[in-house]
Amino acid sequence: MADSKANSKAKSTRPLSPHLQVYRPQITSIMSIVHRFTGIALAGGGVLFCYWITSATYGAEAFSSAQAVLGSWLGQLVLSGMTFSLFYHLGNGVRHLAWDVGWGYELDKLRTSGWLTVIFAVAMTVLTLVIAYSAAGGG
Amino acid sequence: MEMRSHLGRVRGLGSSNQGIQRWWVQRLTGVALVPLCLWFVFSVVGMAGADVETVTAWVGRHYNPVLLILFIVCMFHHGQLGLQEVIEDYVHADGVKVVALILVKFGAVVLAASSAFAVLRLTFGG
Repeated sequence: MADSKANSKAKSTRPLSPHLQVYRPQITSIMSIVHRFTGIALAGGGVLFCYWITSATYGAEAFSSAQAVLGSWLGQLVLSGMTFSLFYHLGNGVRHLAWDVGWGYELDKLRTSGWLTVIFAVAMTVLTLVIAYSAAGGG
Repeated sequence: MEMRSHLGRVRGLGSSNQGIQRWWVQRLTGVALVPLCLWFVFSVVGMAGADVETVTAWVGRHYNPVLLILFIVCMFHHGQLGLQEVIEDYVHADGVKVVALILVKFGAVVLAASSAFAVLRLTFGG
């Protein structure tokens, strides 16, 4: 009894680390958060990939309905988001690999590599969508 | 009375030295996914709206089934490790955490096995 009381008191007075909103948003922190979000989104992309490729084994009808789902306006929106998430996560992943070998920790390099990653992700997304829409005959 | 030896009591309580393994495999699959993702995206993007014959022919062509299976293994393994990291960072209730970790692991394995099997089926027919 005395123990649990002491515990709950310790819990309430224990210091917490400051939450995210305390800090001024910077490209480094924002990019780190976006890396996580895009990673979680891409896990959903894995589910979509499995749905797409398994539907092809169920014959022409099942596959064309899967293509119709992915080609609907919602499907196009989700796939466009997936495309950006993929290129962002890929670019920022390479940035992480550079840090792993000890390169690029200086503030100016962090900012430069960060902006390069954003530019890479946007450019690759635009390029991919252009190819996709020209392949599908204007969507 | 304590029947266990001093060594027996402390064994398994410290770092199991497996953290580095997970960190390394996350990097390894990440490195492999760079070319695999670029190849996959620029292969499938040209097949937007394609019919089943076109896609089946692409899956079975040349080295594509091997690349697809490598992509599947690396992607779902990398995704599972990433989601596990997120769960361990943010889910602190033991029960929910363990259930979430099990579901993510099972989900990744089921999705990977189903996708790889689909690649084999499309390649060999039937």
